[in-house]
Amino acid sequence: MQGRDTAGLIALILAVVAIPLVIRNDYYLGVLIFTAFNCLTCIGLCLLMGYAGQISLGHGAFVAIGAYASGILTTTLGWSPWAAMGAGIIIVSVVAAIVGVPTLRLKGHYLAMATLGFASIIHILAVATVDLTGGPSGLLNIPRISIFGHQLNSDMQYFYFSWAVVAIGLYVAFNLINSRVGRGLRALHGSEEAAASLGVNITAHKIQVFILSAVYAAISGSMYAYYVNYIDPGPFGVMHSVLLVTMVAVGGMHNIWGAFTGAVLLSLLPEFLSSATDYLQLMGIAYQPDYDILVYGAILLLIMLFLPEGVFDGLGKAVRAGRRMIRR
Amino acid sequence: MMQAKRAGHILSLENIRKVFGGVVAVDGLTVSVEKGSVTSVIGPNGAGKTTVFNLITGFLPPSAGRITYSGRVLNRLKPHHIASLGIARTFQGVRLFPQMSVLENVMVGRHLRSKTGIFSSSCLPPVLRQEENRIRQEAIDWLDFVGLKEYAEAVAGNLPFGNQRMLEIARALAIEPHLILLDEPAAGLNSRETIVMGELIEKIRQEQITVILVEHDMELVMDISDRVLVINFGRLIGDGTPETVQDDPDVIAAYLGE
Repeated sequence: MQGRDTAGLIALILAVVAIPLVIRNDYYLGVLIFTAFNCLTCIGLCLLMGYAGQISLGHGAFVAIGAYASGILTTTLGWSPWAAMGAGIIIVSVVAAIVGVPTLRLKGHYLAMATLGFASIIHILAVATVDLTGGPSGLLNIPRISIFGHQLNSDMQYFYFSWAVVAIGLYVAFNLINSRVGRGLRALHGSEEAAASLGVNITAHKIQVFILSAVYAAISGSMYAYYVNYIDPGPFGVMHSVLLVTMVAVGGMHNIWGAFTGAVLLSLLPEFLSSATDYLQLMGIAYQPDYDILVYGAILLLIMLFLPEGVFDGLGKAVRAGRRMIRR
Repeated sequence: MMQAKRAGHILSLENIRKVFGGVVAVDGLTVSVEKGSVTSVIGPNGAGKTTVFNLITGFLPPSAGRITYSGRVLNRLKPHHIASLGIARTFQGVRLFPQMSVLENVMVGRHLRSKTGIFSSSCLPPVLRQEENRIRQEAIDWLDFVGLKEYAEAVAGNLPFGNQRMLEIARALAIEPHLILLDEPAAGLNSRETIVMGELIEKIRQEQITVILVEHDMELVMDISDRVLVINFGRLIGDGTPETVQDDPDVIAAYLGE
């Protein structure tokens, strides 16, 4: 981990500790908890997109598998939430290997196509296998998770828990990037031929990071299930996978902090849009929640046109430019 | 041309052929390279020189023939596997990892000489890993070897072109190869830089590393080579010491386009 990332991580931890002192409203804490889930998935996805140069349009499905593994194993088999989370991680790793091994051997974006198909298959399975998943009506009564025998009952406790997991996720990602394996990944993103000529096994590296990024998604899904205590196929459609990719791209895929920023911004955006609805109504514009998707599309388009390296990089450049102006 | 394989040969190509569609790029090339030597491969543009490098390093599979390195057949091996056997290479026109620092570029070269996996990579910060410190130190030593130590923290893509060349060689040397293939190491260098490159190649030879280079700069080739191979239309048309090749009428004809 490098100095700047350590500083960022410490700042994040301080912010997380401080936020519940200011925000006591359970609704807003809930929004921030969902934000944490998206952050976790996006950190993993960023390792894949920004460092291995591959796109997955199926990370929503890995979130779903993590959530359903937790939901099914705890409710029907009575497993403890932690054991079910572990099982979810193992299942997702195996599934990711099955999807990744054949597609990542090929050059080009075959993984994107394979994962897109995979995401729809998982969504259909979640709807159709009623005996296992509860079908469209979903699974009820998923237990809450406990830490050292202490059940996380309040939103504030769950807020701390989920952001602690995000911090661990960041810590792991930064360690990985600045290690032998991470250098191999960044190298193959720079030039696959050069990396191979130095003995980096390109296929193995891509598969490993794909599995790791899927594990991030599985943990996120599992935590989602233990927080809302109820899952149905609704949130796990293909559009959710696309939204995750959008978050990473908007924030900036070449930097973990970029993906993190994108996940935070786009997770909070619906809240801003819904509060903006009232003002728009005063101006005589009837804003519907359905329009959210148009706003997302517009944001992605504008970012790709004007800040192709993402919001995070754009902010950094703006700050540097501002400093230069002041110095003059 | 059936030479008995002598103990002194590190690399042998036997009847190597490479066909792209209908174009024959390498046409029955048979040649052996002596351990510890500096061999230059010359020939007009499009003669198949770089293709030969790509065949040796596994980036292209040969259409026919056999490539043997230290008694091992390389034919169907992947590039990363061939690198692990001790063959390093550079690329025509330099291929760095431009976003990474100069030092990190060379640290990637230590990949095969270290073994931390994805789990220990993720759990422990790099400063707490001994292997990471060792990789860093060894990479600095290789940067020193090519004279780039002072640029260690610079972004590789921002280096002047001549230094990028040197960096690419440092990175290739970091895998501790027995054989290094340099694809046009002096292309784009000014005369002063070319002299430094010649000295570096001499220094590499002194490390007991066999060097094969493709080069157009004849002064450099004549200066540093023990042996010169001349290729045209994928065929060997000249083979010998720099002096004999220079006077070979076939070679002169190929270069003058007769």
